[in-house]
Amino acid sequence: MILAALGMPWPLPYPFDREYMQLALIAGLIIGVCAPLIGAFLVQKDLALVGDGIGHVALAGVGIGLWLGVTPLWVALGAAMIAALAIEWLRTRGHTRSDIALAVFFYGGIAAGVVFASRAGSTANLLPYLFGSILTVAPNDLWTILGIGVVIIATIAIAGRALLATVIDPESSRVAGLPVDGLNAMLAVLTAATIVMAMRVVGVLLIAALMVLPVAISRIYAKSFRTTMLAAAAIGGGAALAGLAIARIAGLAAGGTIVLLVTVVFLLASVGSALRRPSAPKPEHDHVH
Amino acid sequence: MTTQPAPLEAHDISFAYGAEPVLDHVSLTVQPGEFVALVGPNGSGKSTLLRLLLGLLPLQSGSVRVFGEAPHHQSDPSRIGYVPQRLHLGRDLPATVREVVAAGRIARRRWWKPPSKTDRDAVEHALGAVAMLDRQHDRMSDLSGGQQQRVLIAKALACDPSLLILDEPIAGVDAESQQLFRDSLMHLVNHHHAAVLLVSHELSAVADDLDRVLVLKQRIVFDGPPAALAATGVSLGVHADDLPMWLEQLS
Repeated sequence: MILAALGMPWPLPYPFDREYMQLALIAGLIIGVCAPLIGAFLVQKDLALVGDGIGHVALAGVGIGLWLGVTPLWVALGAAMIAALAIEWLRTRGHTRSDIALAVFFYGGIAAGVVFASRAGSTANLLPYLFGSILTVAPNDLWTILGIGVVIIATIAIAGRALLATVIDPESSRVAGLPVDGLNAMLAVLTAATIVMAMRVVGVLLIAALMVLPVAISRIYAKSFRTTMLAAAAIGGGAALAGLAIARIAGLAAGGTIVLLVTVVFLLASVGSALRRPSAPKPEHDHVH
Repeated sequence: MTTQPAPLEAHDISFAYGAEPVLDHVSLTVQPGEFVALVGPNGSGKSTLLRLLLGLLPLQSGSVRVFGEAPHHQSDPSRIGYVPQRLHLGRDLPATVREVVAAGRIARRRWWKPPSKTDRDAVEHALGAVAMLDRQHDRMSDLSGGQQQRVLIAKALACDPSLLILDEPIAGVDAESQQLFRDSLMHLVNHHHAAVLLVSHELSAVADDLDRVLVLKQRIVFDGPPAALAATGVSLGVHADDLPMWLEQLS
């Protein structure tokens, strides 16, 4: 049914023969492709862990939503965007070290999530958001995920070059008139949207892994930033496909299997790279006296 | 007849970090087509002065005009090129030489627009000016420090600046790179009539080309042509390591 709506009328073979697996596959592919596109910029800005901090504040939003009886994902989206902009502000303008700022959001977010969810009756309602439940993705969830995914891909296609310029050198970009603060805020908002989009699929605890690990793999081998992003998106999508298949066949937790698969690939790629280039220390500079 | 405002004018700038004074009533002007060096011992306030001139630090007193406008409210900021002190791009920046230089060209168009043929030609011209055209598809982290620095200079040249400000751009760079650096700056000054303000301890490569030298030690202690400085017994062609020593003695 959902495949027909998306223009894919043909039946898929096992392990994607059931509709819930097809929904999971499409959601997984969108998130697997989109999360590393954002992660490529975060990693280069030394913000690999920012997804964790924002994710935990999103969990507080879920707790508030459960408590107030409104759709948890919308409250989570609002909380995540406020947290993303606050972390960006603290990082660039505040006097707090960025790891301490992240830790405050990290611990405060999860504590608030547990407290608000307990007010709603049971903290067990948080579990699908903590660990993900990709196999229970509903058609309505899929349209939301698809919409956010299209926005992410379109934004990166349009603003990717300017974002790369600010990553390479924020000061000369600022001098040249690029809206560095605006671009950073846009990246923060996209990060928050990606996290909320992904939290029902892989869970808050594993979201940052999908943003960071595919990028960590591709940057080992890629020469250009463009290739790094495209390869990371392919790795993320491939991991979603293979992880879901393995999870169905072996009866494993889907979100955890996807992330574990990327982790194993990263370890293999790192070892392969180390073996290929045993030791070639490059001089710091080529000063000639 | 209306006179064009100078590319760079600073008047009576004083600045302190807390109670520690860094700059004391500094004034300077750089005219179109003028090649000016700013030298001074470590801690003399050079980098702080550059950041104030570029609008990256708020002024405490005095004024700065870039092309007659406040530095952070430029009608066309792409006229300003800036090469900061060596960037820590890291060995792991997964970007090609061309991607880095192209990043310097974005300011010449709306940042959301894809590059035009003119933009691509300007990037290639800048790469050629620093002799890095044949390395344009190499990863930045595969280059030596001197080559990386040449790429960053090409990045600043790519936007065809009318004012180029460089902060220690050739520290630790080999002789060939220094010569290429000198040639690309002179091309900018002679053919594009650009104004250049260069902060460096290593002036031997450009000593014969400078129009003026400013010596900063919290305040401007010398402002004149290199020949006038040479008349005081100081040569800009001295070995780079000797330069800070005479600057320390100058007060």
